[in-house]
Amino acid sequence: MNDNGVILKAKDIEKSYRMGQIQLKVLKGINLNVRKGELVVVVGASGSGKSTLLHILGALDKPDKGRVSFNGKDINSQSNRQLNHFRNKTVGFVFQFYHLLDELNVLENVLLPTMAGKSIAGWFVCRKSAKKRAAELLDKFGLSGRTKHKPYQLSGGERQRVAMARALMNEPELLLADEPTGNLDSETGNGILNVLEQLNRDGQTIVMVTHDERIAGKARRVIKLVDGVIKPA
Amino acid sequence: MYKFKLALRYLIKRKISYFAVIAVALCVFIVFVVITVLTGITADFKGKIHDTTGDCVVYTKSLVGFGHYDEFIRILRRQDFIEEATPVVKNYAMVSIAESGGLGSYGDYTKEIAGIEPVSLAKVTGFGDWIEYNKGQPSKVFTPSYDVNLPGCVPGIGFLFEKDEEGNYHTPAKPPRAAYEVACIPLNAKGAPAKAGAGELSSKTFYYSDHFSAGYSLDWRLFFLPLEDVQLLCGMGTGHKRITHIHIKFTKGTALNSGTEKVKKLWSDFVDTKKDAPYANLLKKVQVQDWKNFSKMIVALVETQQILTIVCFGMIGVITVFIVLVVFYMIVSHKSKDIGILKSVGASGINILGLFLNFALLIGIVGSAIGSVSGWIFLLRINEIEDWMFNKFQFQIWDRRISSIGDIPNAIDLKVLSIIIACAIAACLVGALLPSWRASRMKCVDTLAVTQL
Ligand SMILES: Nc1ncnc2c1ncn2[C@@H]1O[C@H](COP(=O)(O)OP(=O)(O)OP(=O)(O)O)[C@@H](O)[C@H]1O
Ligand SMILES: [Mg+2]
Repeated sequence: MNDNGVILKAKDIEKSYRMGQIQLKVLKGINLNVRKGELVVVVGASGSGKSTLLHILGALDKPDKGRVSFNGKDINSQSNRQLNHFRNKTVGFVFQFYHLLDELNVLENVLLPTMAGKSIAGWFVCRKSAKKRAAELLDKFGLSGRTKHKPYQLSGGERQRVAMARALMNEPELLLADEPTGNLDSETGNGILNVLEQLNRDGQTIVMVTHDERIAGKARRVIKLVDGVIKPA
Repeated sequence: MYKFKLALRYLIKRKISYFAVIAVALCVFIVFVVITVLTGITADFKGKIHDTTGDCVVYTKSLVGFGHYDEFIRILRRQDFIEEATPVVKNYAMVSIAESGGLGSYGDYTKEIAGIEPVSLAKVTGFGDWIEYNKGQPSKVFTPSYDVNLPGCVPGIGFLFEKDEEGNYHTPAKPPRAAYEVACIPLNAKGAPAKAGAGELSSKTFYYSDHFSAGYSLDWRLFFLPLEDVQLLCGMGTGHKRITHIHIKFTKGTALNSGTEKVKKLWSDFVDTKKDAPYANLLKKVQVQDWKNFSKMIVALVETQQILTIVCFGMIGVITVFIVLVVFYMIVSHKSKDIGILKSVGASGINILGLFLNFALLIGIVGSAIGSVSGWIFLLRINEIEDWMFNKFQFQIWDRRISSIGDIPNAIDLKVLSIIIACAIAACLVGALLPSWRASRMKCVDTLAVTQL
């Protein structure tokens, strides 16, 4: 850790998409520091590049220019192996559209990060404790009765909570959440937000994208994306 | 761990993977059945050829034959790698039915004749089992039961009787009296007609004493007669006595090649000692060959047919590769979201490759298990099924009245089966490789973005 507890540091991030002749510049030099235990809310118009930024911070995508470092280590220069480890252990990602595996039940979906990070033998050694942790997480999210259900048997809010349990499964240092309430009614959304706030109070570092002005209003630190750069809100 | 779980779930949940399994099962089934039946037919046929030839033959293609054979057979019988050797005269004759005895229709037929010593021939070939009324007692085979003083002959069963629709002969309990006049053109040791001028044929009448059934075309072509009679008919019995073939059986455990080489050496040594003997020139035309080479034309033909058919059906395996390829391409396109999700939680490209190859492996294993079990059951029942079809619809795969093959061979060779299964599984992996590779290279953001739209 350096710079007063900054764990995530993005410097001069640029990203553009090429669609035929047209070059679409989405991010035009983003600078962002996230301290340990912070809750950072990112807002911005639709299409302003919030998801793109979050993907880059979570090493799901690579910036065209600039660096992202985590705990002082540059993640852009890491090997694929290190990146897989980073995605598996260090960050938890909650997608805008849940993204659960249809063929696996709720419990298996939550266990996925643990399974993906272990060999078969390693999985057999830790499966008891992993299942226990998954059950605790699902309990915390009020899903203890639904562990054997398939994703399509759940409501949107339930699916989002499963996705959150999955993101937290490997106790990541950083939780990235892309509009976790975007598709939910306000009441369900509030439930999810309460959970996130609770997590943050317990020390979880969170970067969250949202459209919701009310949430943005409540948060201590809000960042606004306009024209590919950060404007203080 | 999730690799196996997910692979299994994909197999069960994705209807399209059932098609891949069925395709693999069908290919395994077809190839298994075809190879088993074909190998059986070829092995059966080669067995029959081997059984009529013995292990090794010392012979001349000249109708004049060669002499000094008694001496050489004595030498052969002294060798401890030789079980038995037997002299044979093969020639062509015109056979006329003198008394039909109710068998066959009157007429003249061109036949191959073989003059034999039945007892030693039965030790070299399957002759003792081919005959019906004197089975296991070859010494009596030329003695007609209705008159022991008449000279006997043993025609092929196909010459005397017709097969019924199921391919069976119906022979009388005892041989009826029937007579055949056998006429040959005798040649002297110089190769000239022995009876030049004076009615060039020599002929003799023989009486039906038994028949033989070797299980292939020989049953229509060949007449067995006593050795001395054929020698006389062909001009080989007087003066310089001659024969055309010595058939040899090796002792158990003698390798075909080494045994044949030893006989070759014995023969060339023998020819050397006979350099100055009368008619030594005839010995020079003699060859020594093992049974496969002796029947090269026909053995090579069935072997080539077998190999070609197996190659043709092996190409079915290529179809499996393509079916699996298509199915996997579709599944990978369908499941690109899953790939993105797995990668977002830290699965590597290798993990994804492993997931889909596991899936392919499962399809291969399940498909070939279904294919081999159903193939196995089908083969066990193949003759029943054919009988049933014949009884119900008068359908036969081939006409039993004219074919020498009765039952469809169905002896299962586990080695062949395991090779087929291994190939099927390999075909699945090969077919899955390209789509799986594509899957493993997918970028997770792209795949997740696509499904968002
Ligand atoms: N893979 C891609 N190829 C081309 N253009 C893309 C791609 N991904 C995103 N974009 C474009 O980049 C821009 C930013 O997209 P992004 O998803 O980051 O927006 P967002 O701020 O998350 O919007 P929303 O609030 O609607 O989720 C959009 O204009 C989008 O069309
Ligand atoms: Mg977005």
